[in-house]
Amino acid sequence: MARDMARDMAPDVTTANSARAPLSRFLRWDVLVGVLLVLVFAGGAAGSPEFANAGNLSFALGDLGEIALIALAMTLLVVAAEVDLSVASVLGLSSALVGHLWDAGWAIETIIPLVVVVGAACGLVNGLLVTRLGLPSLAVTIGTLALYRGLAQVVLGDRAIAEFPQSYVNLTVNDVPGTPIPYPVALFAVLAVITAVALHATGFGRALFAIGAQVEAAHFAGIRVKRIKLVLFVISGLVAAFAGVVYTLRYGSARADNGSGLELAVIAAVLLGGVDFDGGKGTLGGVIAGVLLIGLLRNLLMLNDVSTEIQSVVTGLLLVISVITPRLVAVARQRRRVPSPVMPTPPTT
Amino acid sequence: MTGAAEATAPHGPGTGDAPPVLALAGVSKSFGAVRALRDVSLELHAGEAHALAGENGAGKSTLVKTLSGVHRPDSGQVLMDGRPVEFHKPADAQRHGVAVIYQEPTMFPDLSVVENIFIGRQPRASLGRIDRAAMHARAAELFTRLGVALDPEQPARGLSIADQQLVEIAKALSRDARVLIMDEPTAALSGNEVARLFTVVRALREQGCAVLFISHRLDEIFELCQRVTTLRDGAWIASEPVAGLTHEALIRRMVGRDLDALYPKLDAATGEVALKVDRLTREGVFTDVSFEVRRGEIVALAGLVGAGRSEVARAVFGVDRWDAGWVEVNGRRLPPASPTAAMSAGVALVPEDRRQQGLVMDQSIERNIGLTGLKGLRRGPVISRAAERDRARDWAIRLQLKFNRLSDAVNVLSGGNQQKVVLAKWLSTRPQVLIIDEPTRGIDVGTKAEVHRVLSELASDGMAVLMISSDLPEVLGMADRVLVMHEGRLVAEIPRAEATEESVMTAAAGRTS
Repeated sequence: MARDMARDMAPDVTTANSARAPLSRFLRWDVLVGVLLVLVFAGGAAGSPEFANAGNLSFALGDLGEIALIALAMTLLVVAAEVDLSVASVLGLSSALVGHLWDAGWAIETIIPLVVVVGAACGLVNGLLVTRLGLPSLAVTIGTLALYRGLAQVVLGDRAIAEFPQSYVNLTVNDVPGTPIPYPVALFAVLAVITAVALHATGFGRALFAIGAQVEAAHFAGIRVKRIKLVLFVISGLVAAFAGVVYTLRYGSARADNGSGLELAVIAAVLLGGVDFDGGKGTLGGVIAGVLLIGLLRNLLMLNDVSTEIQSVVTGLLLVISVITPRLVAVARQRRRVPSPVMPTPPTT
Repeated sequence: MTGAAEATAPHGPGTGDAPPVLALAGVSKSFGAVRALRDVSLELHAGEAHALAGENGAGKSTLVKTLSGVHRPDSGQVLMDGRPVEFHKPADAQRHGVAVIYQEPTMFPDLSVVENIFIGRQPRASLGRIDRAAMHARAAELFTRLGVALDPEQPARGLSIADQQLVEIAKALSRDARVLIMDEPTAALSGNEVARLFTVVRALREQGCAVLFISHRLDEIFELCQRVTTLRDGAWIASEPVAGLTHEALIRRMVGRDLDALYPKLDAATGEVALKVDRLTREGVFTDVSFEVRRGEIVALAGLVGAGRSEVARAVFGVDRWDAGWVEVNGRRLPPASPTAAMSAGVALVPEDRRQQGLVMDQSIERNIGLTGLKGLRRGPVISRAAERDRARDWAIRLQLKFNRLSDAVNVLSGGNQQKVVLAKWLSTRPQVLIIDEPTRGIDVGTKAEVHRVLSELASDGMAVLMISSDLPEVLGMADRVLVMHEGRLVAEIPRAEATEESVMTAAAGRTS
């Protein structure tokens, strides 16, 4: 058998690039983002005395809660080569509904589940348009981005509703006793672990990567591509609506324009975390690093009194950089690709 | 078919009064540690069709790329008309009259045939306008030279691969190409398309072109070519006239040993009906297709490309929906359009296009093999990596897959090994009905025999195998029965004893014998 192998060892040089140098294992994008995160943290701590104390970090984390939650669902979608740009609008619609219903005298215990169901329905609409009509999700969710934000304005107009029950507000701003971790962040941590396991260790996750990398092969392997994508959009809408509840309570203010533009921060975090916008590649660890990096940068900019306009410029730059850099790296690799031999090793049993 | 009547080439080896049009002299080329070509020499003479034979990985692609200016040799020379030349880029080779026709040409789909031929070099009239009349006249002249009837105004979109190749050939001639390199041009063609291509190649030869022809189908080499050069592991093995050579001798040169029979068909006892397809219809694609496959049987589905064979397979497996009729596996009807249901009923489909449909090219061997059995790999809610690896390793060994690590992406494997991964992926589901579409397209002779042996063993172990193939020797060598489709209908069923190239091709062409 060894002779057979030697005979057929394939010096097909254009593709033989399998032996990955040990160094490049550390040059993985998500690892680099992790390193960058540490550097930004250290730089922030050195440059600004208010930065590295528990109070500020707790605030920075809390301020990040909604982005972080939505980024989990967005990661699943982008890995499967889809995207949901309507998340911030669903958040806004959710906030408007919370305000309107609270103002109308509904119990908060009824409002929250109802709003989350409405969010799931928003996601279902996105999912049906994408899977049944075969439309690109980028186009569909740009449309529903405007639609859901418009509905939010129909529901609440220019009003701002405040004075929500303190016990619920506390849940969104207080820290878990004995830690500097706000409750929403603790919830994020739990959901992040669940998402990481689902993405990287279950059949569902394997299916997502296969769909994102080669949707036809996934279909031919008996994976229910449409159903899975539909579920992802529903999850995305559901999470965005829940994030809308947290946002509303945390700021103590329900407004139709809450969270405008948040989808860009979410997508920037996901792409910065190394998830390929074309699908099929990425790690949840990278996304968490990406979320934290964006959060720290926003916090640093705020501490240094940088205007929100400039903050938005930074978010945009990060988004562009995280899309461009992997392409540049890929091109550079291709240029100086020195193929290594595919050495046949007898499989050990 | 195997006649080498044209063996008396105008310039046989050693008789050359004129120097060869294009030659390689002692060319070596390495990539890192891989020596892709070692001291290889080759002479192409005007008016000859010269075959390049060798298994996948023997160095054929590197040789073609050296001749066409993609690679530069590390040592040795490229000679044109006896004078050394240096091709720094493909455009240099083109300028010297060397053109490559690829298996699947890339065209501008929205431009017409004639615009594709003259893209970037359109004849000009006054004020720099494109002289459409001159362009059409030249295209018409080229098609006459080739002896083919193509509408120059037709958009390239929708042309068959065979027609696209003809457009590429016309394009090469419009650049005054003297050497045509054809890299597996017939792999995706049907029988009469191949015949038409051969007519064109013969015409070109008579007009003094040199043709370097690469094909995995040995019959084609014997039919078309006057001389053959064989490579093995990057080294030159022989250059010799085709006349007087036998299939067996050529295979021995390619693989370096005697090959077990290429079609090791075992006789198997046939059992009960495993797959029954009844009046299956998909409107506009295929109509009233009915057949059965029994356990232990290999049934071939033959026909021309476009006859609807792959479409029937896709519908049976549930990838596409059907409009009427039904499919039964082991006596139970399948719901339409559900690959999941077909899989759990015991059906597997090894699809036609392994790069798009069969494999997730960027993912590892083990992940690809595991993809069809994710439920079986679960330990609690999570996938056991150990189970995933064991499953992949088991099948890699059974199918003699050549790999470096199971965690390597499948896109680093050769075509034959990729096909083995697709087979492993489906055989690991323990199917009772295996549908396999073009089992050996584009893979080398050695692996081809291995795939045939596997199919034969599976059938004799009681699997029902439905094999779609455009490779007639494969159909005749492997099948217990041959079903023939023509324009979406099943037109003939031929038992093994009566199946000949003539009987199958006659039915496939829609003629009644």
